[in-house]
Parts: sequence; structure tokens; C-alpha cells
Amino acid sequence: MFNFGIWTSEFNNFLMGFLPDWLTVVVECVIIALLVLLTYTVLALFYILYERKLCAWFQCRLGPMRVGKWGVLQVFADMFKILIKELISLKDTDRFLFKLAPYIVITSSVVMLACLPWGNGLQIIDYNIGIFFILAVSSVGVLGILLAGWASNNKYTLIGAMRSGAQMISYEVSLGLALITIVVFAGTMNINELVWEQESAWFIFRGHIPAIIAFLIYIVAATAETNRGPFDLPEAEHELTAGYHTEYSGIHFGFFYLAEYLNLFIVSGIATLMFLGGWMPLHIPGWDGFNNVMNWIPSIVWFIGKSFFISYVIIWFKWTFPRVRIDQMLSFEWKYLMPLSLANLVLMAVCVALGWHF
Amino acid sequence: MEVKIKGMKHEDFKDNAYIDKLVDELNATGANVMVGKLDQLINWGIANSLWPLCFGTSCCAIEFMSLGAARYDMARFGFEVARNSPRQADYIMVQGTIVHRMAPVLRRLYEQLAEPKYVIACGGCAVSGGPFKNSYCVVPGVEHILPVDVFIPGCPPRPEAMFYGLMQLQRKIKVQKFFGGVNRQEKINDFFAKHPEERGRID
Amino acid sequence: MSDIQERISQLCPSATFEEGETLMVNVEEKDWYGLAKALKETKGLEFDVLSAVIGMDWKESLGVIYYLTSTSRGWEMIAVKVQVTDRVNPMIHSVSDLWKVANFQEREVYDFYGIKFINHPDMRRFFLRNDWKGYPLRKDYDADPKLNPIPTEDEKNEDDTVSYVEGKDGKIKAVPGKVFEENDYVVNIGPQHPSTHGVMRFRAAVDGETVKKVDVVSGYIHRGIEKLCEGLTYPQALHFTDRMDYMSAHQNRHCLCMCIEKAMGLEVPRRAQVIRVMMDELMRISSHLLSFGCTAMDLGATTAFFYGFREREMVLDIFEKTCGARMSMNYNVIGGVIADIHPDFVKDVKELIRIMPERLKEYHKVFSGNIIAMNRLKKVGHLSKEDAINYDITGPSGRGSNWSCDCRKVHPYSIYSELDFEEVLLDGCDSYSRYMVRMKEIEQSCKILEQLVDRIPEGDIRAQVPKVIKLPKGRWYQQVEASRGTFGVYIESTGEKNPYRLHFQSPCFNLVGVMNLTCSGYMIADLITIGAALDFVIPDIDR
Repeated sequence: MFNFGIWTSEFNNFLMGFLPDWLTVVVECVIIALLVLLTYTVLALFYILYERKLCAWFQCRLGPMRVGKWGVLQVFADMFKILIKELISLKDTDRFLFKLAPYIVITSSVVMLACLPWGNGLQIIDYNIGIFFILAVSSVGVLGILLAGWASNNKYTLIGAMRSGAQMISYEVSLGLALITIVVFAGTMNINELVWEQESAWFIFRGHIPAIIAFLIYIVAATAETNRGPFDLPEAEHELTAGYHTEYSGIHFGFFYLAEYLNLFIVSGIATLMFLGGWMPLHIPGWDGFNNVMNWIPSIVWFIGKSFFISYVIIWFKWTFPRVRIDQMLSFEWKYLMPLSLANLVLMAVCVALGWHF
Repeated sequence: MEVKIKGMKHEDFKDNAYIDKLVDELNATGANVMVGKLDQLINWGIANSLWPLCFGTSCCAIEFMSLGAARYDMARFGFEVARNSPRQADYIMVQGTIVHRMAPVLRRLYEQLAEPKYVIACGGCAVSGGPFKNSYCVVPGVEHILPVDVFIPGCPPRPEAMFYGLMQLQRKIKVQKFFGGVNRQEKINDFFAKHPEERGRID
Repeated sequence: MSDIQERISQLCPSATFEEGETLMVNVEEKDWYGLAKALKETKGLEFDVLSAVIGMDWKESLGVIYYLTSTSRGWEMIAVKVQVTDRVNPMIHSVSDLWKVANFQEREVYDFYGIKFINHPDMRRFFLRNDWKGYPLRKDYDADPKLNPIPTEDEKNEDDTVSYVEGKDGKIKAVPGKVFEENDYVVNIGPQHPSTHGVMRFRAAVDGETVKKVDVVSGYIHRGIEKLCEGLTYPQALHFTDRMDYMSAHQNRHCLCMCIEKAMGLEVPRRAQVIRVMMDELMRISSHLLSFGCTAMDLGATTAFFYGFREREMVLDIFEKTCGARMSMNYNVIGGVIADIHPDFVKDVKELIRIMPERLKEYHKVFSGNIIAMNRLKKVGHLSKEDAINYDITGPSGRGSNWSCDCRKVHPYSIYSELDFEEVLLDGCDSYSRYMVRMKEIEQSCKILEQLVDRIPEGDIRAQVPKVIKLPKGRWYQQVEASRGTFGVYIESTGEKNPYRLHFQSPCFNLVGVMNLTCSGYMIADLITIGAALDFVIPDIDR
């Protein structure tokens, strides 16, 4: 398997050759920051097109076709337009919070993006508490949404934000428990180690029943965390016009829009990391020939491919299911999903203790 | 300068005289090459990403839904991101009759749209009051309350006609000037000059 | 003297009678409330449905005509006429406590004619702004646009209402009131809102997410069609019907044509009748498909919406080939239909009938069979059968409450009596039943089309009609089953070539009247789905 770490350390050595240590760090940080932001934008734009095309195909349509070949330039047109759109300031609102909110949302998702392992050796931060950090940062996003709803001084946004708060805080419990189940199995929270643990086979295969249950719980909770259908209540178009971002225009709205799509990639990425082996190719113990062939495919392709597939499933949910109601959603979480994930955690602990796994 | 729309030749459009005149007027002063190119890029963005505000009052709204549905599929042009919040929409397509009770609401919706914003009057009622022109409470055409960019006649217009109207709007957008056009700051200053008490509540 | 006339004479000796198409009872204002109560409650009469409330201006007097129907007497209908001569401050007793449907109907009459209803709980204007000057449907209305210019400001004091209460001593006192309580958190939904299917405005007082009260503010598309009709000849007036409930364009126009034909005593050729019925049923399919799509979309299942529209396009193609337009077809004319059917008509209809059953299964699979959709629709928006009758909720919504109210069955018109189809009745009384009735009605419509498609008789498509159509002096009322319920047309003629009064009794008007009843106690999200399942079309309400 090709290790991208060779490139990065060579680049580091190259910089060290003529720059002092502190400057090297500064230059690397700037380059990485730019790379992250660039990746963020490109991915978000890609995801917007991806969803628009997919939903069109689900609905027997073609989707964007006229701007560029097969509409690939459509999202760029959208971004140009959003960039130059007027930013409307509102009367009698908390202006500072109103403007702060989109930045909180987008910052939280950029930081999460930075934690993902993109490939063998392609990782920005490698903590010993990596997955815990991701969980912690992801819950900052809800603050931005609550602020947006509150600061807009609008009843729709307020209801949207309150729904969102209730929803995200509730589903974070299941989300966290599902991830903890895997942490119990792997015995580590370090992202790099988590990936290497899956070298023989992915966690979803190694942990069999409890891992599969955890995976399903995770997908449901992640759908709710990203405010996507059937849990898109905070921005339920047909109830609350546009939910918490009703009053936002121009690039402020653009931030919410981008963050929404990127969060989809991030939760898919975490699912990939925790259940489907991260960038680790598909390995089947004993089939060495097959494993070698799989290793030929670059690790970054594996990671992105698996993430896109999970996003596809989540998008599929959205365009198929009707929306649930707030009380149904909350009772689903607290009465079914959370007890189930707790029981699953115990089951996993038992399996690990007794060695009932591969 | 000729305005290009993919798949439609200049002669495919009717009444090109108007748009040609508009181009000539706009280019009378001439433009900086750099600014001209930037303008073109931005106009390309706006023209290809027209997000409608859902605003249908009667029959035309159903035809607009057909426009979004699979057979006509306005998503092909990138028009499908119908926003329900006027802050995020680019144009308001008035579909249906506007009556006295609705007039202030429509006006306010227009004012809530973020610049750059456009108005399309769609259907006989929005164009002129249509069959209800003589009624006691019908606004005889939205032009009485809003500046209209494109009129689409019909009762209701066919989806094809709506596409034609939207393409005409694209053509108009492609010749507009973003830089050196309307100065928003001037507008804001004018507003504060008229309403000094609002200073401090809005910035 | 008929049985009913005899009994009414006993109840109210001062009543006089006019013979006509339906029996017309003239009653003095002071006796009206007593008679109404007796008509509703006396055993053997039991006029439980108030089918229409029609405000009238006879120049020397103002008044109201009430059309009452008794379901227990085989849908027998009588009309009651109440007149007042005071034009400055006309007052009539309200019957909104007997028939709840009268609540909005009387507000409409107040709006148009300025007749105040005594003991009505909420006497606000219904369609027009509260600062409107004059009463537009009065014959002496001053239509000078300077009096009512295009407004630029929102209405003031929207919350204020007034009620004219009769004291024990018989004195009438105006009691001002408020629509909402002081500390209510009122969420405004509409007029520009994606889920209202048009420009209806609901103001909902909420407690958390639970709806406490819904106030319906209508009139955002009130175009004054009834007033316009008074200035037009009969053939000219026809085109408005297509633009009221655009999803029942054929049925509405059929109704007006039938009413005029009835007044003229005109026999419509058999071929035209068959074509009309087929068009009505196609329209019903298209309407229910749209309703399916919109219900799904309001619940967030966008894909189902596109599936519904896919089949709707097939129906529209059939219309387009024969009528020349996708919507606003203007197909029925007095005496028949305007053009013969397209050569492809039979083939296309057969194709539609062939594919519909499997497509309906697909809809069920993609949307209503889904557990989330079921949970969202079942046991939501309860409307009991008694309430449905009291509020005169006809059509699929009424039949979802197990009320047999299909005009095609209870008093068949055109050729419906010869056709074999079932009236779909479900007893869930909730949004899901209303939705399912629509889906099953598509099957029944297909069944009707199947019976007719091979048996379209040869012959004329139009009867011979005079160039200038004048109706004799008199009044006529005609009902048909439109896509959303019983649609009624009332014509009063003085023998001229234009109607003296043309009133459309639209089904959606009543549907919106139960919003407060059905939504209270449910959540905001349910308000949307209840609205979607009731499936009102706003231009039909506002006219």
C-alpha cells in the first residue's frame, strides 16, 4: 500500500533544508489550512451537484444539464451568484449574533473535516482521543443553529432552531453510543490506530452482530444529526419556509448551505472510519491474492468511495421518506434508539470480554 | 455584443430589437476590458442560477409545478432550487391574479428579496389583470406595484412559454452591468436621508 | 300543497311559499331563527345540511336565501328567503349555532352586502380588507377606484372583531372582541407559504408546537367573480368556472352549463353528455393525482410528488388533444361541448385506464404504505360524521368521515344514474381516510371511463342554441360532484341576457371552515398535513 506519508515527510525535509523550524511549521500550517479550505469548497460543491443529480434520477428527471457538460458547472454558477448576493441586515435583531452564527456552523464542520483520515499517511491531526474530539466539535454546530434561529427575530427560525436543538442533542446520545460501541471493540480512540485495527477485516465484519446494529443506529442518528430527511424538521420547508436560516441571504446563507452538505460528507466519513475500515482496502483474511489486488487501489480512493456510498444511502433516505413529526422523532430516539444502543453497548462489551469476535 | 443562450439561436427569439437596443444603450459609454470580463463572469453565474421564490396564487402556479415536474424539468437549467424564503431567492415569478389584499404582501416580498432581484409577470392576470381586469379588487397588472422584467402571457402559459420567458430573463441578465451599475451604498444613504429615525436600527 | 309545505305552515304561520324548481319559503326576519331551529330539529323534517347561503340585493330590500337539504328525506331541498328593507343597517339573525357551516358563509354575506348577523360570534369581513369602503355586491355599489385604491400598507387591527349580541330585552348591542387572547404566541402561516397550496393565510396560536386555535384569513385571491358575472352574458360568464377550482374545471363548467340548460329547458345530445362525463372523470383523476402529489410533498416525500405528476401529464395530454389547452380548458358550452373529441381520445383513455391500477400500487409502495406517512396521517385531524354534516364537508373529505354525500349517487345528474360505480366510504375520520378515499376514487373514475370509452354514441356534440341566450324570470340551483365536493350554482334571472345574481357555492369554502376544528390540539406539522388531506384550492374559496 502506498504511504502518502513519504511525500509529506519529504516536503517537510525540503522545507527544513532552508527554513528555520518555526517558519517551517508556519508555512506548513498555512499550506494545510489552504488545502483544507480548498478541499472543503470543492467537496461541498461536488456534494451539491451530487445530491441534485441523484435526486433528479430518483425522480425520473435529468437534473442540471445545461451549464457545462451534464451540468457540472451548475454549482459554480450558483456559488458566483451566492457570493455577490446582497447581505440583508435586519431591523431589531442582535446583529452580532446574527452574523456570528453562520461562522460557528462552518467552523465546526471545517474542524471536523480536518480530523478525517484521507489515506495512508494523509491525516492532519492525529490525537489519541481523535474520535472523541470529532464528537465534541460536531456538537458546536448546533450552537450556531440555535444562535441563527434566535438572532433572526422570526418565529419560524425560532421554532426551527428549537427543533434543531432538541433533535441534535437527543440524537447525539445514540450517535455517541454507537461510536463508543466500536471504541470498546477497538480499544482505542486514536484515528490512525482505528484504521490499522481494521487491516485484517473491517469492524463491521469483525464485530458482527453488535457492530452491524451499531452501524444501523449510527446511520439513523447521523441522518438526524445532519438535519436530513426524514429528520429535516429544523428546515422543514413546508412548515417553516426555510427553518432556522429563513432570514439569511447571500454568503451567510451560503455557509449554512455548504455546511449542510459537508456535514453529510463528514458523517459518511466517520461511518467509513468506524465501520468500513477508513481508507483501508477491503481485505478478506486468507485471500492474499485478492488483498494484494485491493491494495493496488490508492487508499484515498477507498476512503472517498466509501464515504460517497454512505452519502448516497443517506440521500436516498431523504428523497424517499416523508418527514417525521417532532414528537414522533423524539420518542423514537428516547424510547427505542437510545435503549437499543445501550443494550448494544453491553452486548459488544460481552462479546469483547468473551472473545466472541473475529 | 450578442447574447448567447445555449441551444437557442439569436433568431430563435422573437422581438430581438428590444434586447439589442438595451445592449447598445449599456455599451454606449464603453467598458473597461477587465471589468467587462468580470461582469461577464458574474452575469454568467446569475443567469445560470436563477432560484425562484415560490409565489403562486392560482392556476399558473400549477403549471409552474408542472414545469418543475419530470416532463419539463426546470432543473436542467438550474432553476429548480425553489426557495421559500425571499432572502435567498433571485426572482419572483408572479403566477396568478394579484388582488388588493395581496398587493402590500407582494410588495413586501419583493422588498425582502436580496439584490440582484428580478420580477417575472406570468400569466394574463399578472400581466394585465386578465379576465378579472374589471373587478373591484383586482390589481390590473403587477406593474402597478413592482418593476417587471419579463412578461409571459397566457392563461395559464404553457411550461414551454415559461421557459421562453426565463430564457429572456437570462438574456437580460447577461447584458446587465454588475460593476458600475446600481450603487447600493447610494441607495442606502438615500434611505437614511429620508428616514433618519431608522439609523442605528439597521446598518 | 305538499307535505313539507303543510308542516312549515304549522311551524310558522306567517310563511308564504313560492313554487319553482325547489320550494321557496318566504319568512319574516323575526320568525327566521325559530323556523330554522324547527327545520333542523323537528322529527320528520331534519334539514341537517345547509347547502348554500346566498346574499341577495333586490334593490328595495336586502336578504339571504338559504338552501337546506335533508339527508333523511332523500336529499330533499328547500329554499328559505329572508328579507330586510333597512339598507343602512340591515340585520338578520345568525344560524351559525345551528349549522356551523354558516359561520363563514354569513361572514361572506356580510362582506358582500353589509348584512350584519345577530349573535354571530365573529363578524369580520371575510374576503376584503377590513378598511374596504362599501359592499361590492350591492347593486348601488360605487366602484370608483379612488374610494378603494391599491393599498400599500398592511391592514391594521387584524385582531379586532365584533359581535352583535341580542340582549334579553331584544336590544342589539355591538360587543367588540379579540380573535386571540393576549398572551397567545401567534404563528402566521401564509399568504405566501409553500404549504398553503395558494394564498391562504392561517394564523395559529400555538402552545409550544401544539396548535390552540387557527384563524383563517381569506381573500388573498378574491377576484370578485360573482360581481363580474352580473355584467356578462351567460356564455361569457362560463369561462370563470375554469379559473375558480382549476382542478375541477370541467365539473364546475358542467354545473353552470347544466344550470343554464335547465333554465332554458334545453336537451343536451347524448354524445355531448357522455363526453362531458368522461371529461369530468378525467379531471377528477388529474385532481386526485395532484392532491396525492401535494400531500406527499407537504410531508416531505418529494419523489412521490413527481410520480403523481408523471401520470397527471398523461391526463393533461388527453385534454390538450381534445380541448387545446392543458389547463383552463373552456370545453363545455351551453348545449354541449365546443369541439368533438380528438381521434386519439379513445386510445389515450384506454392507455390511462390500463396503467393506472399498477401506478396506484406504486404510489402506495412509495408513499402511503410507508410507516412514517401512516403515522403522520392516521389519527390526525379527527372530523366526526356529525361535524362533517354540520360543516357540510362534502367530497372525498366528507366521505373519509363515512358520510355518504356523493352527488353522483344521492341525486344523479347527467348520465350518472346509468353507470355502475361505487361510492367510496371510509370510517377513519382522519387524514389517512381522506387520502385513501381519493386514491380509491381514482379507481372508480377509471371504472366509469372503462364503461364509457367504447360506447361514445354518434351524434351531435352540441344542441342548437339561440344566438342570444336569455333565461326566463326565475331562480335555479344546480349541484354537481366536483373533485373536492359538492359544487353548486345559483342563478337568479330577471329575463335579461345577463344574470341578476350568479352565486357559486364552492366545496373548498366549507373545507377551510373546519381547519380550526380539525387542527386544534394537534401540532403545527399536523396543520400542514391536515390542510393537505382536506385538499382545498384557494381560488375556489375566494372566487
